[in-house]
Amino acid sequence: MYKPGSDRDQLVISLLTGQFGNNIEQNEISTDMPVIKVKKSAIYDVLLFLHDNAELQYNFLTTLCGMHYPEDSQLGVVYHLHSFVNNHRIRIKTAVNLDNPVLPTATTIWPAANWMERETYDFFGIIFKGHPNLKRILNVDEMVDFPMRKEFPLEDQTREDKDDSMFGR
Amino acid sequence: MAQELQTDYWKKDIINPEGPKEYNILNVGPTHPATHGVFQNVMLMDGEFIVSTEQTIGYIHRAFEKIAERRPFYQITPLTDRLNYCSAPLNNMGWHMTVEKLLGIETPKRVDYLRIIVMELARIADHLICNTVIGVDSGALTGFTYLFQDREFIYEIYEEICGSRLTTNMGRIGGFERNFSDKAWDKIHHFLKTYPKKLKEFESLLSRNRIFMDRTINVGPFSADRALAYGFTGPNLRACGVDYDVRVMDPYCSYDEFDFIVPIGQNGDTYDRFMVRQEEMWQSMSIIKQAIAKLEKLDDKETYFANDPRFVLPPKEKVYNNMEALIWHFKIVMGETEIPVGEVYHSIEAANGELGFYLVSDGGRTPSRLHFRRPCFIYYQAYPEMVTGNMLSDAVLTMSSMNVIAGELDA
Repeated sequence: MYKPGSDRDQLVISLLTGQFGNNIEQNEISTDMPVIKVKKSAIYDVLLFLHDNAELQYNFLTTLCGMHYPEDSQLGVVYHLHSFVNNHRIRIKTAVNLDNPVLPTATTIWPAANWMERETYDFFGIIFKGHPNLKRILNVDEMVDFPMRKEFPLEDQTREDKDDSMFGR
Repeated sequence: MAQELQTDYWKKDIINPEGPKEYNILNVGPTHPATHGVFQNVMLMDGEFIVSTEQTIGYIHRAFEKIAERRPFYQITPLTDRLNYCSAPLNNMGWHMTVEKLLGIETPKRVDYLRIIVMELARIADHLICNTVIGVDSGALTGFTYLFQDREFIYEIYEEICGSRLTTNMGRIGGFERNFSDKAWDKIHHFLKTYPKKLKEFESLLSRNRIFMDRTINVGPFSADRALAYGFTGPNLRACGVDYDVRVMDPYCSYDEFDFIVPIGQNGDTYDRFMVRQEEMWQSMSIIKQAIAKLEKLDDKETYFANDPRFVLPPKEKVYNNMEALIWHFKIVMGETEIPVGEVYHSIEAANGELGFYLVSDGGRTPSRLHFRRPCFIYYQAYPEMVTGNMLSDAVLTMSSMNVIAGELDA
């Protein structure tokens, strides 16, 4: 079971704040791993630092996924990194405004990010600058919308405004 | 063998040594007997050799991540069935453990051991299909038809435990819906007794078979560095020589109490992937035996779910006879219970590698975001790099040895 505030957690956070100062904010208490919020201007440098730093060595990109925060009209990307050397996981979060959702690509750090970023583009419309082949991956190419955004709700099964009279209910 | 041929061949165009090289475009898939699933590869071919390949995926995309945003937790379990449908119970248990992590439910030891039995059976069923299909693609159909009976035995065990076979929807948040019946135990013991003999026989058919070795050694090799960069996990990563196993690195479900070996390969080629899966089946057998021994040592023979009435469904007898139990059953199924705000990432060692669930809850009845880390989706992108320069027939073997499952690939 994860306990927050271990030595390694603190090492990661102190190294990052020492290097990037104001671009880092750690304000979330998480139940499974340290969560670090990064400003979008610094995201590439932070990821590269985490990958290259000899003490940290986050050599494995576990997963990367998009988020939509409609209340702030922002899109976000969540990176899960894993250091096999130290067996330590962290979660990096960043957010961009909806009107200009551009982020630097992580494919130059981890080639694994290639399809994950294509998927994120496909479903959320986040544009990864520098990506070698940024096009839709699971949906059809002709699609114009980004279906995982919250403005496309699925029908709620507990809706009360449905007319059930046709079904004898 | 393939490597030598390739260097010779690339020096000159045999048909027209003076002129420019002529390439052909070959469509492998979307429905092709050699792909074992619905995905397309558009290959640029120089005779029998692959110059480049471009993948198209998403043919059976079913928008699970979107659907999950409108489903209470219980109704998401059937979605996870359809990710890697060759080992559905693993996905079910992984999802239930994710929810337990969010809700802070602690499962009793007996539930952990029962889960481990089911999860390892599912791992055997998955590896069994993958390995026998490697045999089929290299021309040996016997092992496939022979071992499929044992997959049938495993499915019968699922049937005794939860009532269904392929898409199992097994278990509940906090444990199981019912205790294992005597018949289920009989079938498990029968499987443990009969399977090693047949697995041994299957292994002796292929593992030192000259034809099979020639067809698989040095086919689709991949280095450990590239495998890590491409996010490989599971048997494919271990075949490259990296001993990463979520069961050991990040133990869940009491795996830390078990004694097992994490087999690794050397070259990351098709033969190594085959052998790693083969050894993992033996290890899974040993884990199941250890779990049964641990269960026998426990005094408690009845517990099969965690004692947390907020989220664990009350037993069926009570639901039919007791008003409060009926209300609770309804509230839990409809997702009307209190769900904490928070986010968790939980990963398990599924048959293909690290299957992760990133669950974000805003306190509503459904997740506000659920992301599946599907191992297939992540490692299949390295396929062009693995097969370029190889022969087409080797590319078929490489794909089947990677165990790409279309359901998991496309979510």
